[in-house]
Amino acid sequence: MPQLGETVTEGTVGRWLKKPGELIAKYEPLLEVETDKVASEIPSPFGGTLTSIMVEEGQTVAVGTIVCEIAETGAAALKPAMSAAASAVQTQAPSSTQSSTSTAPRSAAGVANGVRYSPAVRKLAREHQIDLSNLSGTGRGGRVTARDVTVAAQSGAVAPTSDTRTFAQPVHAATAATAPIGVPRQAHAPIEAHAGDEDTVIRLSQMRKTIAERMVQAVTSIPHAWCMMEADVTELSRWRDREKAAFKAREGVNLTYLPIVVQAVCRAIKEHPLVNSAWGGDHIIQRKHINVGIAIDVEEGLVVPVVRDADRLSLAGLAQSISELVEKARKRRLTLPDLADGTITVDNTGALGNVLSVPIINPPQAAIITLEAVVKRPWVVNDAIAIRSIMNLCLCLDHRVLDGAVASRFLGSVKKMLESYT
Amino acid sequence: MAVKNLLEAVRETLHDALARDERVFIMGEDVGPRGNVFLITKDFVEEFGHDRVLDTPLAEASIVGVAIGAAMAGMRPIAEIQFADFIYPAYNQIVGEAAKMRYRTAGGNTCPLVIRTPYGGGVGGALSHSVSIEALFYHVPGLKILAPSTPADAKGLLNSAIADDDPVLFLEHKKTYRLIKGEVPPGEYKIPMGKADIARPGSDLSVITYGLMRHFATQAADELFKDGIDVEVVDLRSIRPMDRETIVKSATKTRRVLIVHEDNKFGGVGAEIAAIIAEEAMFELDAPIRRLCGPDVPAMGYSKAYEEAFMPSPERIAAAMRDLAAF
Repeated sequence: MPQLGETVTEGTVGRWLKKPGELIAKYEPLLEVETDKVASEIPSPFGGTLTSIMVEEGQTVAVGTIVCEIAETGAAALKPAMSAAASAVQTQAPSSTQSSTSTAPRSAAGVANGVRYSPAVRKLAREHQIDLSNLSGTGRGGRVTARDVTVAAQSGAVAPTSDTRTFAQPVHAATAATAPIGVPRQAHAPIEAHAGDEDTVIRLSQMRKTIAERMVQAVTSIPHAWCMMEADVTELSRWRDREKAAFKAREGVNLTYLPIVVQAVCRAIKEHPLVNSAWGGDHIIQRKHINVGIAIDVEEGLVVPVVRDADRLSLAGLAQSISELVEKARKRRLTLPDLADGTITVDNTGALGNVLSVPIINPPQAAIITLEAVVKRPWVVNDAIAIRSIMNLCLCLDHRVLDGAVASRFLGSVKKMLESYT
Repeated sequence: MAVKNLLEAVRETLHDALARDERVFIMGEDVGPRGNVFLITKDFVEEFGHDRVLDTPLAEASIVGVAIGAAMAGMRPIAEIQFADFIYPAYNQIVGEAAKMRYRTAGGNTCPLVIRTPYGGGVGGALSHSVSIEALFYHVPGLKILAPSTPADAKGLLNSAIADDDPVLFLEHKKTYRLIKGEVPPGEYKIPMGKADIARPGSDLSVITYGLMRHFATQAADELFKDGIDVEVVDLRSIRPMDRETIVKSATKTRRVLIVHEDNKFGGVGAEIAAIIAEEAMFELDAPIRRLCGPDVPAMGYSKAYEEAFMPSPERIAAAMRDLAAF
């Protein structure tokens, strides 16, 4: 299992692109690996025959686990050991059963990161859906004992999910204090629904799992506050109608409201830089770069790829970037860097007709802003009633980082910019 | 209930069986006027006569062979092998004849025979009076092997053995004879064969044992309890049939198992216990199965130091328990 990012510790085999017995060329796509929200195609590090698959589709294994064996073509298969180890794909010289080239760590059952778990521990962990890697043991040499798992399960603690980079803060200090033996990573104490005879049970995809974990993480760790402003975008709408044909011809992409709002958000951040921040536990990290996450709905669920340094892009550049990200998302071609390092998120909830949304913040960001549907409304202009195009802007803020006043001033700036088109 | 030691419980059971059932008779070396080397059959010959309390030559194959014939003819013989160390000449009779009788005759003949023998060390018995023989016999289908550790169990199991229609090897640990006292129910008290006894319930680890070691293990468990380690002690009582259910239940409950027996380790009863747990409760275990047994040396020496080196003691059992609890 290759490491698909610095902090990635495990990966799920999404799909095998070759069957055992099939020939494979070097660098030919061998399998799809899902980590976090990304599915990556892994090219074969060797040319030869795929002899056996050791990790089935849907299984999640630690980085470094051997996932398959490839018998290399040609007898002189004496590659440097390092390449085999680094790729964690075991090669096997055709004539010998023992691999002479591979020093890749072999993952025996019950062994993860060099830690051994007893059968009882593994069984209990499975039953209680506890991630053992987050449990500290009371056995000899820190071994996790069956009792440790039982105690952790009984504590019913909800604990941080895996991505320590994204969720920099251990937000469950209180829980950890009441569960000294260890804190399970995924042991939410959910109200479990039971399926009836006529119900359909849908297996969780890796992506669904990640979304579920992050949403629980976000709402349980971040004190959300919310505000909304109404922007009169009549003039913007007219401007857009005038410009969009030429824009499309010139830039090759549609001129939608999304890049326009992203641009306004970036400019408003320049005026209120605190909005572009993250909670750091005992401090606030104000980000230099403005990397705007764009919420995109794809078949499997929600993804939030990032437009890096969005403030340095022109409107055309933003439209281009967003268009490319949408395209990649739809084709499941997003990579981990595409998803990393967002500092604020813009969500085009209006695309589906919403006029009011209360989104959940994407941790460790401090704010998420929505652009709602543009709707014609009776509107008071100069003490007369006019028909105007109105767009609602909703902002959710991390109240640890931001107060309502600064958030409202920021939102007011965005509104003002959108209303300044002529 | 009367409090008796284990020897008195055996004596009472034998006496009552002789009095109750005309088919019952005792045969063995020095069981007559001598009253057995431990005085278990003292005064029996006066009460029941030479026909029912038979002194035999020093010929163990004949003792068992004659008993088998009598059993097939409808009697209920109780043969005594003076010390388990002397049983080897009778091995063929026990394993080759008695154990196979019912099977060989397609149920036409049974062999309602009890072979009693004192076994085990810790009494300064040296090479020829200290051996444990259970592993030599427990491999054999058709033979029951009982090893009670308390006076009540001795009575209850001996009564069941006498009433059984097939051969039973009845092992009496000689150190328990006078050391272990307890209440003994009156009358023809019986305990079903093949049922283990939870000598001490506990939650942290299980010790599975039998014979004298039940008492040493319980003693050690009481010691550990002071330190908050709660040990369950399972006394098999019956080596074959073996109570798989209780073994698996206990292993499942505590997830850590220490097997203790005085007999030497290799191929001992503990090997079978470990295999049962591995087969049936593998995924319940939180630690490797451990065995504390006598060493694999040919015999227990006479010197006190040798004997102590051989016998598992409460202290050594306690140390093994602590080690497993800390795993």
